[in-house]
Amino acid sequence: MLGFIIQRLLQAIGVMAVMSVIVFCGVYAIGNPIDIVIPPEATQEIRDAAIQRLGLDKPLYEQYFIFMGNLLQGDLGRSFVYNIPVLELIGGRLPATLELVLISVISATVLGVSLGIYAGYRPDSWVSKTIMAVSVLGFSVPSFWVGLILILFFAVNLGWLPAGGRGDTVEIWGVAWSFPTLDGLSHIVLPAVNLALFKLAMMIRLARAGTREIMLTDTVKFARAAGLSEGTILRRHLLKLISIPIITVFGLELGSTLAFAVVTETIFSWPGVGKLIIDSIGVLDRPVMVAYLILVAFLFVTINFVIDLVFALIDPRVRKGATA
Amino acid sequence: MTDPVLSVKNLSTHFFTRAGVVKAVNGVSFDLARGEIMGLVGESGSGKTVTGFSLLGLVDAPGRIVEGSVKLNGTELTTLSQRDLRKRRGSDISMIFQDPIATLNPMLTIGQQMKMAIDAHERLGTRAADARATELLTQVGIPSAAARLRAYPHEFSGGMRQRVAIAIALLHRPSVIVADEPTTALDVSIQAQILTQMRDLAAETGTAMIWISHDLAVVSSLASKLAVMYAGRIVEQGPTATLLRDPRHPYTAGLIASLPAMAKPGTPLTQIPGTTPSLLSLPLGCPFAPRCDHATNRCKDDPPMTHTAGRGYRCFHPTGQTAKAPA
Amino acid sequence: MSNQSTPLRRFWAEFRENRIAVVALVIVVLLILLALFASLVSPQNPYDLANLSLMDSRRPPGFVGSGGYTHILGTDPQGRDLLSAIFYGLRISIQIGLAAGFVSLTIGTFLGITAAYLGGRIEALIMRLVDLQLSFPAILLALVIVALLGQGKPQLIGALVAAQYAYFARTAYGAAKAERGKDYVEAALAIPLSGRLVVWRHLLPNCTPPLIVVATVQIANSISLEATLSFLGLGLPVTEPSLGMLISNGFPYMMSGRYWISVYPGIALIILIVAINIVGDQVRDQFNPRLRK
Repeated sequence: MLGFIIQRLLQAIGVMAVMSVIVFCGVYAIGNPIDIVIPPEATQEIRDAAIQRLGLDKPLYEQYFIFMGNLLQGDLGRSFVYNIPVLELIGGRLPATLELVLISVISATVLGVSLGIYAGYRPDSWVSKTIMAVSVLGFSVPSFWVGLILILFFAVNLGWLPAGGRGDTVEIWGVAWSFPTLDGLSHIVLPAVNLALFKLAMMIRLARAGTREIMLTDTVKFARAAGLSEGTILRRHLLKLISIPIITVFGLELGSTLAFAVVTETIFSWPGVGKLIIDSIGVLDRPVMVAYLILVAFLFVTINFVIDLVFALIDPRVRKGATA
Repeated sequence: MTDPVLSVKNLSTHFFTRAGVVKAVNGVSFDLARGEIMGLVGESGSGKTVTGFSLLGLVDAPGRIVEGSVKLNGTELTTLSQRDLRKRRGSDISMIFQDPIATLNPMLTIGQQMKMAIDAHERLGTRAADARATELLTQVGIPSAAARLRAYPHEFSGGMRQRVAIAIALLHRPSVIVADEPTTALDVSIQAQILTQMRDLAAETGTAMIWISHDLAVVSSLASKLAVMYAGRIVEQGPTATLLRDPRHPYTAGLIASLPAMAKPGTPLTQIPGTTPSLLSLPLGCPFAPRCDHATNRCKDDPPMTHTAGRGYRCFHPTGQTAKAPA
Repeated sequence: MSNQSTPLRRFWAEFRENRIAVVALVIVVLLILLALFASLVSPQNPYDLANLSLMDSRRPPGFVGSGGYTHILGTDPQGRDLLSAIFYGLRISIQIGLAAGFVSLTIGTFLGITAAYLGGRIEALIMRLVDLQLSFPAILLALVIVALLGQGKPQLIGALVAAQYAYFARTAYGAAKAERGKDYVEAALAIPLSGRLVVWRHLLPNCTPPLIVVATVQIANSISLEATLSFLGLGLPVTEPSLGMLISNGFPYMMSGRYWISVYPGIALIILIVAINIVGDQVRDQFNPRLRK
C-alpha cells in the first residue's frame, strides 16, 4: 500500500515536471510579450530596461529554471497587465470557479447516476428512452448555446433568475462564497445547470451502460437465484460494482469541467478563473496564462492521484494488493 | 414411492428475438425425488441451462416460459407472482453457476454476501447469521471458516470460491439445487473433491440436485439418473446405469461412444457427425434425424416419448433393441 | 440476407432499419448541399457591403427590407439577411470541421499505426504524449493555441487538429496493436521487405471501422469547438463569420429581446451537430460486434 502511494506520487511529480516544460515552452516560445507591456512608441532604452526587468534577455532554459525556482517558492510571477502577483490574482478568483464546478459536477453525478441506473435497469420503458434522448442532446448541443438559451428563457423571457454575476456572497474563512445566500444561490443556478448538462449526459450514459452490463452478469443472476430482492441487488451489488467507473469519470470530469468553466463563466459573467484566463488570452498576459495552465495541470494530477487512493480504499483487490 | 419434490411437465421456454423465435426449451418433463441427483446432459446450446433458469423463473427478456408446469413441493411455480417466486428462490430451490469468479461480488466480503442471502429469507441477528454462515462454510469444507467471513472473493482459490457459492446456495436447506456445470472451470482434482462432497451433502440433507453438464463422464459418476437433452428437448431419460449400458436413442449412443473410457484401446474415438440444428428454425420431425444413421422417412414426424420400464426415449428406431429381440 | 450482397450493401441495409439515423443522414447531406450552393440559394450575398443597409438592421423575422424581399429569419446588426448569413456561415463551419477532421485523422492514424508497428521507445514516446494530452481538456488546448497563433482559418484548423489528433492516434493505435500481435501479421513480417506491405494491407484496414466512427464524432466536435472558440472571440476573423460568430454577434442583443440574431444560427448549428452525431452513433453501433444480437 505504501509502495503503491509512493509510486503514484513519483509518477504525479514526473507528469508535473513534463507539463511545466511543455507549458512554459509553448507559451514563451511564441510571440513577443514585450509589445504588450510597453507602448510601441517607447524608446529603445525603455524597451531594453523592460526586457531586462522581465528577464526576457536570458536564454530560454535559464528563464525556465528561474521560473521553476520561483514556482517552487510559490512565486508564479506578476501579471503583465494587473501588475500584481499571479498567485494572488488567481487565488482571488479560484473560489468562485471551484464553487461552480463542484456544485455542477456533484449534482450531475448524483442525478445522472440515478437516471442512468434506471435507464439501464428498464431499457425498454419510455421513460428510459426519453432519458436517453435528452442525454444525446446534452452531448451534442454546444455548451455555450445551452447557456444562451438558459439566459433567454429564464433571465430574459421569464425573468426568474439573474443572467450573470455572483450575487451576494458570504465570507467563510476569509473567502467569499455565493451558495449560502439566497441571492447567491439564485445566481449560481443557471451557470451550474449550464455546466452540469454535459456531465449529466455523460454520467447517464456511463451508469446506463454499466447497469446493463452488470445486470447480465452471473453475480446478479446468482444473487437472484439466492432469493435477493431486486432492491437489494440494486443497492448492494450494483451500486458497489458500478462505483469504480463512476469514480474514475467523476475525477476526470472534475478536471475537464474546470476547463469548460471557461465558457460558462464568460457567458454568465461569473468572476472565476475561467473568465480571467479568457481576458488574459485576449491581451497575451503570459504569466497568468502559464500559471493557469500549470494550476489546471496540477489539479488534474492531484485529482488522478486522489482517485487512485480512493480506488485503493474501495476496491479490496487493489487494497489487499492481489493480482486478480 | 413418495411424491416427487420437483415435477416438471411439458416445459417450454422461448426467446422472442428480432431474428425470430428461438425455441430453447421444448416440452421438457421430468420428476425428481427427495435427495435424488439427476444429470442433465447435452451439448452447448441444447437448452440445458435455460431449463435450469426456467425452473427458478429467472429467464431474462426477451425469453419467457410459454407453456408447461413446474411443481416444487406441490406448489406451481410458473403462475406465482414475482414476489412469491423470489421467496422460493434461495429457500426452496437455488442455483449455482459455472464460473465462481463471476458469481461472487468482488467488492463485498464473503460474510456480507452470505448475510445478504440469509436476510433475503430470515431475520437473524448478526451473531446468529455469522454462526449459520460459518456452519455452512465448514460443511462445504472451508477451513477456519469463521475467520474467512471477512475475506474477499479474490483471496480464495477458484475451488474455494465455488465452495462458498455452494454454501450460499445451501444456506436455507433448499429442496432442490440446480447446479449449472459448477466444476467445469476447476482443476480435475478439485472437481473430484467437490463432486464427492456434493453427493455426500445431498445424501445428508436430502437436497435433490439437478446437475447440468456437457460432460457425460462427470455426470454419470454422480447422478443416479440421467436426462439427455438435444435441441431443447429431452431425447432420453432413465437410470444412469441402464442408460450407459443400453442406450436407446442414437444420440445417447453417440455420446457414450465418444467417451474415452468407452473406447477400445487402439481404436480412434468416434464422434457424432454434423452440428446441432439452429433453435431458430428447428426441422420438422425428429431434430436429430439429419445427423442420424438410423433415420428413415418416418423420422419426418416427431417421435413421442416412449416409456418402458422406468425409462423413456424419443425415437422411432431405438438402438440396442433389435439385438435383444423384440419384446 | 443474401450472400451475394456486398459488405457496403449489407451495411446500408442495416443502416436503413434505423429511421432516425436515415433522417439524420438526409439532413446532413442537405446541409452540406446548402453550404456548397450557399451563393445560389441565398436571397442576398451577406458579405457584399453594397447590399447592406443599416436601415434594415436588427429587424425581426418576416420583415420586408429595402431589398424588396422578405427576411424570413430577420436581419443582424449590420442589416444582413440572417438566412443568407446562416447559409454562408454553414459553409465556413462545415469547411473547418471537415478540414480539421481529416488532418487530425491523417496525422493521428499515422502516429498511431507507427507506434503500434515500430514498438519500443518510439511507441512509448508517442503514446505517452498522446495519453498525456488526452487527459487534458481539448478546449483548453485549442484555446491556448489559438491565442498564441492568432486569428485565421489555418491557425484555427491547426489548433483544432492539435486538440483532436490524439483521439485518432489512440484509436488507430488500439486497433493496430491488437492486429499487430496476431500470428498472421507476425508471419507476414517474417518475410523480408514486407514491413510496409503489412502496414497497408493488414494494419490500416483493421483500423478503418473504429476510425470512421471517431471521425464522424470528431468532425461534429470540431464544428462545435470552432463555434465555441468563435463565440469566445478567439476563432475566425470577422471577415469569415462562421455560425459560432453569428451567434456571438447576436448575444448582446438577446437581453433586449432580439433573440433571432443568436437563436436561428444556433438552431442551424445544433441541427448540424446532432444530425452528424446520430449518424455517427448508428455507424458505431453497426461496427460494434458486442451489440449485435
